[in-house]
Amino acid sequence: MGGILVYALHDGEGNFNKNSLGALSEAAKLAGELGTEAAAVVVADAPDDACQALGSFGVSKVYRSKSTPEGLAQPIVDVMAKVITDEGFSYALFGGGLLGFEIGAGLTARLNAGVTMEVTEVKVVDGKLVAVRPVLQDSAIADVGYVGEPGIIIGRLNAFDVAEGDGTAEIVDVEVELSEWSTKAEMVSRGETRGEDVNIEDAEILVGGGRGLGEAEKFKLCEELAEAMGGAVAATRAVVDAGWYPYATQIGQTGKTVAPRLYLAAGISGAIQHKVGMQSSENILAVNKDQNAPIFEFCDLGVVGDLHKVLPKLTEAIKAKKG
Amino acid sequence: MADRKEEGLKICCLVKEVPDAAVQKRIDPATKRLDRTGEKNLNPFDTHGIEAAMQLREGGDVEVEEIVAVTMGPESAVRALHKAVALGADRSVHLTDDALGGSDVCATGYALARALEKESPDLVLLGQQSDDGECYTIGAVVADHLKMPSLTQVIKMDVADGKLRCDRQAEYGYDTVDVQLPAVISVGDAINEPRYPSLKAIMGAKKKPLETSSIADAGIEAERVGEAGSRTAVLEVSPPPAKEAGEIIEDEDTAETVEKIVAWLEERKLI
Repeated sequence: MGGILVYALHDGEGNFNKNSLGALSEAAKLAGELGTEAAAVVVADAPDDACQALGSFGVSKVYRSKSTPEGLAQPIVDVMAKVITDEGFSYALFGGGLLGFEIGAGLTARLNAGVTMEVTEVKVVDGKLVAVRPVLQDSAIADVGYVGEPGIIIGRLNAFDVAEGDGTAEIVDVEVELSEWSTKAEMVSRGETRGEDVNIEDAEILVGGGRGLGEAEKFKLCEELAEAMGGAVAATRAVVDAGWYPYATQIGQTGKTVAPRLYLAAGISGAIQHKVGMQSSENILAVNKDQNAPIFEFCDLGVVGDLHKVLPKLTEAIKAKKG
Repeated sequence: MADRKEEGLKICCLVKEVPDAAVQKRIDPATKRLDRTGEKNLNPFDTHGIEAAMQLREGGDVEVEEIVAVTMGPESAVRALHKAVALGADRSVHLTDDALGGSDVCATGYALARALEKESPDLVLLGQQSDDGECYTIGAVVADHLKMPSLTQVIKMDVADGKLRCDRQAEYGYDTVDVQLPAVISVGDAINEPRYPSLKAIMGAKKKPLETSSIADAGIEAERVGEAGSRTAVLEVSPPPAKEAGEIIEDEDTAETVEKIVAWLEERKLI
């Protein structure tokens, strides 16, 4: 039985992504159960001390390819494919996020390996890993096993908890020759945040706006309601990508994760990518005109109706209550 | 690249037939596969890929020679191709073979790559995910088989000097990436607003060339596809942990609805 290899994403300066640290912790736990080891792959300029510190999440080794750029998937596929093949790893594990999806998919093709995505739990069954993933908008749960090695497991956002202890990892610098096609995409600029920085993670009440608002200007309805309730405004990826609202307010897949006392979803369908960022909210209230919207499957109070009618009246009523 | 420019770009759009959004989706307990009976439609995410191809053609920055819609699926998937052609594709390729049933992501990516290889596209476009399996991954699988650069969830794409300049959101904000052609790009739904097909285009769709390809035609090794060729196996499908269903109100009288919402909020001490 080979070990479990985890991709540890960082910002270019060795500050590691929280979902990657969760994946490292999960891999270390699973490796313990399997009687094997967990290791990390790191690329680009990650300082020695930052790499060694990954040992506190339970990995024994950090394979580092300094000459490989961070931020694009295909060069990292080259690095991971080489480490998996040379060192005989049995599994590759990724925390939730965009790059993990792309790298895991690339490895699937490169190594003819099974892949499971949106994984929420990993079990050890008969000395092998079984990935558990919700399917069909979370209406069923599938246990997925792997045929042959390696098996590729891509976690859902926030699926794996970070568990920090003591320990120092050994750094193994690796030289990897990149595939010709891996060098044909080039980062021009990375990590532009676009728009003001606002803090939605500490808000007790959040009013989230989605495509159902119809146009950017209609965010005013959310802002007015949030103001009346003493809360803040959040947004879905779709409307942030469309330029309707600032990136800093985005919840879900590559955005923020929130758990306010109240999350009021206005014109939000509740797709998985958004759900993973807000499902821990204490109370979820949804207003959507589409009665088939997935959000009605997991909200506490659902209003099937036109938010353009409901929101202004609700704002008015709350203002009146508060006097 | 010089040759390509003279001839114009050939774009392949990967499309998929998915159950209609209103259909209750279920897993067949016997086969542990998605029950694909019932109303179906073109994966709405893929319409953005076709629209992106059309906008490249109409944009004038580059000559687009041909737009080809490609799908893999059972006989019924032809309807997704008709829709793709109605939206602007010039012709379509239907990879269909009983041997392909039950293919996982690994096997599907391999099979699609072989079908695409025969077309030698300069650009492969697809939607960022499918409406049924939520597989964001297929573009990256296909790209590695085709030995092409690839990027997913692209929301802005400009072509110049044989390169695509792409914007997309990743973990630390928006990245701008230059990608050389040929390439595989999956587009996010913010990239464009897909057009509605005209009645004439819908009527004409069935007359556009449609090529049906078996695995043998596409040069696909039978042992690498289908259930037997898959590298994952669904061991069990179970219902999710029971969650208390929320209360649902139909808004008929908005004043009354708002009263109910306010009462609900007050009960939970949220106002």
